[in-house]
Amino acid sequence: MIEAALNDLSKWLAGTALSNTIQTAAWIIPTLQTIHILTVAVLFSSAMLVDLRIWRVTQRDVPVADVARRFLPPVWPLVLILAVTGSLLIVGEPRRSLLNDTFYIKMALLAAALLLTAGLQWALASAPDAWEKSGARRLAGRSAAVLSILIWCGIIFAGRFIAYTQV
Amino acid sequence: MPLFGALISYLEGSALADAVRESDLLFPLIESVHVLAICLVVGSILAVDLRLLGVASRNLSVSRVTRGILPLTWCAFVVAVGSGGLLFVSNATKYLGNGFFIAKLVLIGVAGINMAVFHAVSARTQPHWDNAARPPLSARLAGGLSILLWIGVVACGRWIGFTMRAS
Repeated sequence: MIEAALNDLSKWLAGTALSNTIQTAAWIIPTLQTIHILTVAVLFSSAMLVDLRIWRVTQRDVPVADVARRFLPPVWPLVLILAVTGSLLIVGEPRRSLLNDTFYIKMALLAAALLLTAGLQWALASAPDAWEKSGARRLAGRSAAVLSILIWCGIIFAGRFIAYTQV
Repeated sequence: MPLFGALISYLEGSALADAVRESDLLFPLIESVHVLAICLVVGSILAVDLRLLGVASRNLSVSRVTRGILPLTWCAFVVAVGSGGLLFVSNATKYLGNGFFIAKLVLIGVAGINMAVFHAVSARTQPHWDNAARPPLSARLAGGLSILLWIGVVACGRWIGFTMRAS
């Protein structure tokens, strides 16, 4: 039943004037995808730089909280750009995503990545040295960092595989 | 350039190229790794460029920012070249005939020259402005140019996919 509804939604979206414009002008979809990928690049790199700092791989001379304050706040306005370009891409080719399991995997992973980022931001804001206080906390921080890197890799793999799994 | 032509057809005829070309899974997997690596290259360079422009991380010295971030950039760049090389050999002749592929290589080359010139020009004076919130014009120009070049690289990469159907 959900699939029928998504099918109807896709059909309706594909018939809108906006979808028509996106489909007809050949430059719009690659432009939207370029902006989308550039935004993912900034988000992924921000997460990666914080995660590498948590693991003490880079920027050891700067406190974790400072690194997080530099790289995590820009995540939120960028998510908006991600949502706008992503939505326009869906309007342009609704079936490609809405009837594609890979797309929903990507969305679930994105939700997890954002929850993790929000959690990290909150933890560091309420107690900047929360990380270093005990062995257990250090382990929790490092696990969260690994999880974050894996989730972002999953998002990018899923994003690329949407093109290969469309029905 | 008969030698170059021979090299290209040798690469394209190799078992490795054949494997990438014929496998339904290998090509998208390598592509995903390529996107992942490019995201880290572009995102991490952007962080350095924004510091050079005097827009972000202004309370940290330029050398501290580059030291903390560029190792990630270089590791990701190596992965991007390796995965990109695998994609290239699978369809070398087609890629060489694609204007966006050539443009992408040229833009990466120019980005490299921009970086080399920046190091050559600024290496002598950097101690004087390392801590400055707003670096001198030459540094800001290098940072701004770098951002534009890497946006161009990502755009060309995306356009390759729309102008070349891999067989």
